[in-house]
Amino acid sequence: MGNKQTIFTAEQLDAYQDCTFFTRKEILRLFHRYRDLAPQLVPPDYTSKPDVKIPYELIGSMPELKDNPFRQRIAEVFSEDGEGNMTLDDFLDMFSVMSEMAPKDLKACYAFKIYDFNNDDFICKSDLEKTLNKLTRNELTPEEVRLVCEKVIDEADLDNDGRLSLEDFQHMIIRAPDFLRRTQASKTRREQLIREPELLNKYKFSGSK
Amino acid sequence: YDESSARNSFHHLLQEPDRSTRESYESIEMQDELDRGRVEVRGPDSPPPEGPYLCEYDDVFCPHTLNVLSAMPSRTIGRSRGAIISQYYNRTLKLRRKKSRPTLQNMPRSSRPSIRECDWEPGVMKDEEEERRRLLTKELQVLSSNQRVRMLQMMPLSLREKRDLHVCCNERECRNRLHEKGEIHCCSQIKYSLIKGFRHSWFEFLSFLHMLQLWHYPLKQIGGRFGTSVLSYFIFLKTLLLFSVFLFIGNLFFIVVPQAVYPPVDHHNNQTFTGLELFTGAGYFTDTVLYYGYYSNSTLTEQCSVNANSTQCAKDLSHTLPYNLPLAYIFTIGVAFFITCIALVYSMSKSFGDSYRVNSASGDLAVKVFCSWDFKVIQKRSIKVQSDNICTQLKELLADLQRKSSPMSLRKRFGKIVIEFFAWMLALGSVLGCTFAVYRCSILLLENYNDKLSQNTMLKEASLLALPLMVSSINLLMPYVYNAMRILERDESPEIQLYAAICRNLLLKMTVLGMLCYHWLVQVTRQPQKCWETFVGQELYRFVIMDFIFIILDTIFGELVWRIISETWLKSKRKPEFDIARNVLELIYGQTLAWLGVLFCPLLAGIQIIKLILIFYIKKTSLVMNCQSPRKPWRASHMTTLFITLLCFPSFLGAAVSISYTIWWMKPSEECGPFRTLTTIYESGKVWVRRLEKSNPRFYWFSWIHRHLVENPLVIFTAAGILLIVIYFHAEVVDGQRKIIRLLREQIANEGEDKKFLINKLQDSYKKINSSPGKRASRE
Repeated sequence: MGNKQTIFTAEQLDAYQDCTFFTRKEILRLFHRYRDLAPQLVPPDYTSKPDVKIPYELIGSMPELKDNPFRQRIAEVFSEDGEGNMTLDDFLDMFSVMSEMAPKDLKACYAFKIYDFNNDDFICKSDLEKTLNKLTRNELTPEEVRLVCEKVIDEADLDNDGRLSLEDFQHMIIRAPDFLRRTQASKTRREQLIREPELLNKYKFSGSK
Repeated sequence: YDESSARNSFHHLLQEPDRSTRESYESIEMQDELDRGRVEVRGPDSPPPEGPYLCEYDDVFCPHTLNVLSAMPSRTIGRSRGAIISQYYNRTLKLRRKKSRPTLQNMPRSSRPSIRECDWEPGVMKDEEEERRRLLTKELQVLSSNQRVRMLQMMPLSLREKRDLHVCCNERECRNRLHEKGEIHCCSQIKYSLIKGFRHSWFEFLSFLHMLQLWHYPLKQIGGRFGTSVLSYFIFLKTLLLFSVFLFIGNLFFIVVPQAVYPPVDHHNNQTFTGLELFTGAGYFTDTVLYYGYYSNSTLTEQCSVNANSTQCAKDLSHTLPYNLPLAYIFTIGVAFFITCIALVYSMSKSFGDSYRVNSASGDLAVKVFCSWDFKVIQKRSIKVQSDNICTQLKELLADLQRKSSPMSLRKRFGKIVIEFFAWMLALGSVLGCTFAVYRCSILLLENYNDKLSQNTMLKEASLLALPLMVSSINLLMPYVYNAMRILERDESPEIQLYAAICRNLLLKMTVLGMLCYHWLVQVTRQPQKCWETFVGQELYRFVIMDFIFIILDTIFGELVWRIISETWLKSKRKPEFDIARNVLELIYGQTLAWLGVLFCPLLAGIQIIKLILIFYIKKTSLVMNCQSPRKPWRASHMTTLFITLLCFPSFLGAAVSISYTIWWMKPSEECGPFRTLTTIYESGKVWVRRLEKSNPRFYWFSWIHRHLVENPLVIFTAAGILLIVIYFHAEVVDGQRKIIRLLREQIANEGEDKKFLINKLQDSYKKINSSPGKRASRE
């Protein structure tokens, strides 16, 4: 199967395989998902390395992100321009980090960036407040939010500077065994592709399996 | 050093309220600062400012101080590309040198591991970054391709940068390869193409296996809709299924199939098949491979089974391959249990290792804030439920904290203790009551069965179903009663309530099972009957089938009917919850029954497999149609550890103890089964060893080992002693680690103090420089 696809050169596909946690098939499937978001923007042929970005509004309409309260932050962290407009590299990067195969350290690094709303490499009190409000959809009273923020900083801040650095965050994450399981995107569409060969034919994989 | 003012003065310079106006906002600010004589924003990679600036305001930091602060390693480590590159350069270097940790002399003082690895100097210039990138590329090329791929995958850089690194690595490699003189030898070419072909087919096979994974897609669906906690129930079910499959395959190939192929000579099944057998397991099924009584106690050979002529049997014995069925029976069951024990202990220890960490008692709130959002859940409704759950949990934690900080009055505490005592007395009383009822009922039914020997056999068989019916209905109804008893303990934290309910449920199930084991192994064997093992096997078959029927009934009435009632009559939008603890305990109970029964009914494992598969699909359908995810807090990994521990300790241990008692002490019945003529089942092993010794004197050493090692109690004591020593050693290591963690924490706090001190000193010294008379004169 698939030595004869025309979307990427062999070197490009090799590079993607080595730099992400995906296999060839998965990379090609993700490319087709990326293309489906904006078929008129994305060319079917990436051998000439086109510089194409899909705007944030389309990225945010994907089923995995549509209702997630952190979708804007996720798109901003993984996009190159910091505003949520993603190239194919950013798209693959996002799925790679959110997949099952990414190790805990890598996920913790990106989770820290997601929760750091003001991008100053620390999770300060205002970042925490924003995180809490997004988690609970503004249902906690301001007094409760303040109490929770104080207690979190008390518990997790090791060097007593009043905010969480990356090491504090990683130290806390090590103690949470559920973190790895919960920071994975679900793969429902991918499973559909495995189970329905008609869809595969629709994407016209050239060459036999 | 006022942290908040430092943060503010730095913070609003970096704040990004709105993406589109960020540039204009900053430029306005910068202009203002310049006008007022303050400094503009400096990123970590930009050169330090030239010339002196004025430090007019006391509560604001000097620009130089701000620049130093902005270039601090701890501030830039997560984000700056140069820092990440040099960190990974150091890591690859270490990988090559194969040193796991630096010696104490080389360790720089006062630096955390991440900064130490970074080898950071402040103010790294752009061309230095290029230098470091070159070094990193060189290091990456030296690694093997697997290690290089791993290193690339783990770097927290963007994919574009990683691809650039990859291209640089490959470029050099291609260039290096071109320099090699000559062609590859043709034999090596064949070898390489063979290896490539083999690897390709191996990877295809692995991806095929991955797709074959049992129930992969339904489990993803459930996880996406209901979250990790409900998913843990279904994963537990899959684990039980794998254990049962293993047991079944062993039994099938070594016990059932040989006996089925060479059926025993004088067995004629003169009963007809009626539908009742599927429920009672008696009647037509009594004299089949299903039960212990059918199996012959002799060595199976081909001629003997077909021809009843014993003289001809003896003559042809030398030509055929003998298969010693009693030995096969006991060995298969023994080995299967042993391997199951090892697998259980291994998975329990792995689960423990995953979910418990040294010194992790504190820090619940922080973990809950950052680690409780489940990114797998994508449905809008489920996301809303998740938000509500997190909100409720945070509120409960806050209430808990407030309760701890304000201790209760003595009177209230006394009242709480009394209520707790009362609740536990009630629970224990109900357990004892149920056990006694089961005891009386079992005696009554047994007398009934043995008295009316001449009566209608169908009715007699059906009356045997009464005991399983009673036990299953107790197991169904009492947990609801225990759940309801939680009203008494409203003041306790929800986790304690949950553990209390699990405890009571478990106590009930295990006590009832213990009473039943006593009934079967002591009372039933006293009765005059041909084959007590077959009877016990039938009893267990009935229990398994009845348990399955009651699970279906519970699903239909507990979930489907309840949902219909709540939607039509009570008009509430709340669907019934999926009670994970109760369902898991039902699974554990069912598995205990299967393990108890496998000695007397070898095919019970197969029945258990069918039962588990059907339960999976029924529960999944009911879940999707009727239920919502649980509202109460649920730590999935702790609970999984708890369930595996419960599976191992009361459940498997109890079954293993019963089986061991049966094998070592109970006398097998005289007229049926593979151990007919022996005093205990265990004796068959001894008989075989003696026979081996007699037939071939060279095997003397084998029987010597058996006599002196296996039957010698000293060996067991020594093994237990060694195990205890190993456990003590590990406990001491964990204790030492706790002490080290405490010391390191203090050290980190001290570093924070040092940093504050240094910043203050820096600020003071810059102020002194700027307020010297020379500068003031030049300004004027």
